[in-house]
Amino acid sequence: MKIEARILLLLGLFFGAMCAVYWTWSLENAGGFMMFAAMLLGFLPGGYYWWWSRRMPERPEDNPNANPEDGAGVIGTFPGSSIFPFTLGMGAFMTVLAMVFGTWLLVPGLALVVWALLGATGESRHGGDH
Amino acid sequence: MTDVLDTPLVQQSDAPAAHEEHHGHDEHHGPSGILNWLTTTDHKIIGMSYTITAVIMLLIGGAFAELIRAQLVSPNGHLVTFAQYNELFTMHGSVMIYLFAGPFAFGALANFVVPIQIGAPDMAFPRLNALSYWLYLSGSITMLLGFVTAGGAANFGWVGYSPLSDSINAPGAGADLWIGGLLLTGFSAIFTGVNLAATIFYLRAPGMTLFRMPIFTWNLLVTAILILLAFPVLTAGLIMLFADRHFGTHIFSVSGGGVPVLWQHIFWFWGHPEVYILALPFFGMVTEIIPVFSRKPVFGYKGMVFATLTIAALSLGVWAHHMFTTGVVLLPFFSIMSLLIAVPTGIKLFNWIGSMWRGQIWFSTAMLMSIGFVVTFLIGGLTGIYLASPPLDFFTHDTYFVVAHFHSVVMALVLGGMAGLYYWGPKMTGYMLNETLGKIQFWLLFIGTQVFTFPQYILGLQGMPRRMAVYPHDPQWQNLNLWSTLGAVMIGVSSLLFAINCIVSWKKVPAGDNPWDAHTLEWFTTSPPPHHNFYRLPKIRSERPTWDYNHPEAPALAHGNGEGSHS
Repeated sequence: MKIEARILLLLGLFFGAMCAVYWTWSLENAGGFMMFAAMLLGFLPGGYYWWWSRRMPERPEDNPNANPEDGAGVIGTFPGSSIFPFTLGMGAFMTVLAMVFGTWLLVPGLALVVWALLGATGESRHGGDH
Repeated sequence: MTDVLDTPLVQQSDAPAAHEEHHGHDEHHGPSGILNWLTTTDHKIIGMSYTITAVIMLLIGGAFAELIRAQLVSPNGHLVTFAQYNELFTMHGSVMIYLFAGPFAFGALANFVVPIQIGAPDMAFPRLNALSYWLYLSGSITMLLGFVTAGGAANFGWVGYSPLSDSINAPGAGADLWIGGLLLTGFSAIFTGVNLAATIFYLRAPGMTLFRMPIFTWNLLVTAILILLAFPVLTAGLIMLFADRHFGTHIFSVSGGGVPVLWQHIFWFWGHPEVYILALPFFGMVTEIIPVFSRKPVFGYKGMVFATLTIAALSLGVWAHHMFTTGVVLLPFFSIMSLLIAVPTGIKLFNWIGSMWRGQIWFSTAMLMSIGFVVTFLIGGLTGIYLASPPLDFFTHDTYFVVAHFHSVVMALVLGGMAGLYYWGPKMTGYMLNETLGKIQFWLLFIGTQVFTFPQYILGLQGMPRRMAVYPHDPQWQNLNLWSTLGAVMIGVSSLLFAINCIVSWKKVPAGDNPWDAHTLEWFTTSPPPHHNFYRLPKIRSERPTWDYNHPEAPALAHGNGEGSHS
């Protein structure tokens, strides 16, 4: 986990330095601000990983001498199949089309989005079976 | 042979006992048929859907390109009207960049290969992965719907420059559908980026440290970070553009006190990293393929990783080299940063050649396509160095020189993508593609690409502007355009050959687990891999665990310092 954190922090540092040079040289705000935001996008997750990496035991994937058995056990809970990604996607589709073809499309669009959000949340809560 | 794990790797929530025994080739008990496709969260099926959709988009965008080239055969072509020509070049660029190259790079092969390469059972967020695909598909349909509206599709160029894209110059629904389609595919890309980064950070197999990951996975990690940096900027810009068009704001219009160049800043702050979002996955593909078919470990593993990270870091600071002629950007800064990118890219080219050096090269179709990629990309990269120099850029800006540079680069990516399909296709489908047809396809595609771009370089240097449906009567210009069209036809025929090859080769020659004697984990499992990918995993002690397992007499030294055969 430490290397992951270091990569993101270094990227943030680089963007920060680039932002400082660029903005003081050009005084152009749009690019300067976007570079500043890019720096934050390096520091925020990087700092979070760094904070966690000091508080967790070494993972088998970070240990160069780990054996396959070290990762035995449950890796995670993976949902088997679910209709809600499709429902949410079609809801978003209709919502975007409403921008062009008429506001009435928002009704089925948002209905699908809400149904998918409720359904997917419920699915996660009781472990994926439905 | 004892270093393997025969216990279930994953507890599956909807069928907890499904992995106790592994007899069938796929023991997943889900819905079947069309309902399986609609409800799947399996990264392999989603990756296949992405691949098929992206290849269809390639054919659609290619058809637009052939129409454009047919119009330019003669100086006063009458195949399409000026208005239709504007729609064609806009939608050709949009379909190829937004709907083919990007999704093919980080959605199709990455989705299929990355989790298997690091020994993961699936992507970290399988349902989010499925949502990415549905947003990509619906975004593609949204953008193409423009052709059936009264005003036609978007017609302001794939870059959507203000004021061409405002409500006065582009009043039709096609422009709004273009914005809407980009919003949907943009979110699809962001979700894929989150998914790839989380998968690579959290789901690696035991012993798969970051510096043992295959270069393809490394490149996709960096691509995912770049997506997260760049795509939200585009989405924000599109919402501002939509507000300008419909809600009376004046962010990009001079009349209300706005700044049109701001759109260019926002667009290219996404647009230039996007070039690397497109390119890095293809770099990764050929970096996998060249060592395998040279029977060597990759040359300079750490240099490759360093080069990828450097390209990504620098790519955030070069956007305004697309805007040199606006007269309001800091020329020296952007010129220096753009020229610097040539250094890590040069490291990559050096390492590709180093990987082939003194190897036992097997000229399979995948290898030929990869070599074609290296050559074509070198041409595109070198002409890019010209364009990074402001005095030269003032001279060639918006001429066919830029078009040719860009098409050298992206046609190199098409060659790389074809290499990836010939290399991983057997893993995805379980059957080999026909090598003879593949080699004919390679030569048509490779020669066609050069015949297509070289006349355009000359035309550009002689001053022919891009995006024009007619050009002055000049025998030499007409001749050069004719050659360029001939190249485009050769590329088109090669694409058809690929489609024919897919049909001819379907269920002919079974691939087996590891037809290439390859290096990485995806070749350790079956073709196609079972649900949740692995029955067992080998011990991972280098960046090529499958090779180490199959060749215990010739283990790879750390990071390719040796050739792996002097044990």
